[in-house]
Amino acid sequence: MQVTQSQSAALHFNFSSGEPIYLQLAEKLELLIVSGTYLPGDKLPSVRELALEAKINPNTVQKSLSLLESNGLISTERTNGKFVTQDRDLIAARKLALAKKYTTTFLLKMAEIGFHPSEVARFLKTTGDNLKGNSSEENSF
Amino acid sequence: MKKTHSSPLLEISSLGKTFEKTPVLSDINLTLESGKIYGLLGKNGAGKSTLLKLINDLLVPTTGNIRFKGHPLGVASKSRIAFLPERTYLDRQTTVLDNLDLFATFYSNFDRKKAYSMLASLDLDPSIKLSTMSKGMQEKLQLVLVMSRHADLYILDEPLGGVDPATRDFVLDLILENFDPSSSILISTHLISDIERILDEIIFLSHGKITLTGSADALRAQYNQSIDKIFRETFKC
Repeated sequence: MQVTQSQSAALHFNFSSGEPIYLQLAEKLELLIVSGTYLPGDKLPSVRELALEAKINPNTVQKSLSLLESNGLISTERTNGKFVTQDRDLIAARKLALAKKYTTTFLLKMAEIGFHPSEVARFLKTTGDNLKGNSSEENSF
Repeated sequence: MKKTHSSPLLEISSLGKTFEKTPVLSDINLTLESGKIYGLLGKNGAGKSTLLKLINDLLVPTTGNIRFKGHPLGVASKSRIAFLPERTYLDRQTTVLDNLDLFATFYSNFDRKKAYSMLASLDLDPSIKLSTMSKGMQEKLQLVLVMSRHADLYILDEPLGGVDPATRDFVLDLILENFDPSSSILISTHLISDIERILDEIIFLSHGKITLTGSADALRAQYNQSIDKIFRETFKC
């Protein structure tokens, strides 16, 4: 199996949500690609391996891969399997699209609880600084 | 018999079953294809087990008919459909090995190697007697026996019924690992949240009738809810 432990942790889902599982898996795989866990040109695990790793039906995995393929993020080499695209610009563009999506969700939530955009910026900075502090503390153990 | 090849794996038409004037199933129409995992979901008493017994030719339909690969049920369907009934029928005085022998004798398509590898992953010693095994262990053994047959259709009636929640995932993984994409699996259960991750297609059965069918992901998208929640809302008392 090519999926390492840190990757496999990323393949566990929230099955209680109404979001189709194939979309959840497609997004997780996209994350693994834009974050560089899978590098451009890397071979992806087989459908069967992914199904067992994610603990879902192989047909669902197939559907996720078809979606990524239609987005151009992966491609099929006839008998060899599926590979991450070599197109770094495309990966960068998808990364930016994901960043926009997460930021929008975040800003909407903050607006819901009454944060003004200027306050959000300040809040982000202090929270970010705190996070850095915490993680260095953890590392010292 | 040229049409056989294109016939669906299983075709149920206008099926009904009445026990002493009480209708248990009525007007069931259902087509199963190869390569999919179907979930037959319904509350206790909805008629799930009756439907599965009819498909396995263990009961005679009151109305309608069932065709397996284009043919009426019979010797061929018996050898190509592997059935895990809700209740165990294994002899408690026998050992695990005795049962492997029994299945190998009864079913030419029984794969002993597959059985051994599943037993090993379950930490089941082939030499022990069933009477010393827990109920959950016996159920797992029975699942191993059924999944070790090479069949076109596996029918599992409440395979999670007697196993504790921690073991359910293990059983589901065992089913997934041994799922041969050229066959199909039909699983009945009322434990939907545990099982929905492995299902392709959903069949809701309520009061002896099919109330909803469709692909699991399409239903999730349509209702914007998990299958478990759709089930709870659809069958609210």
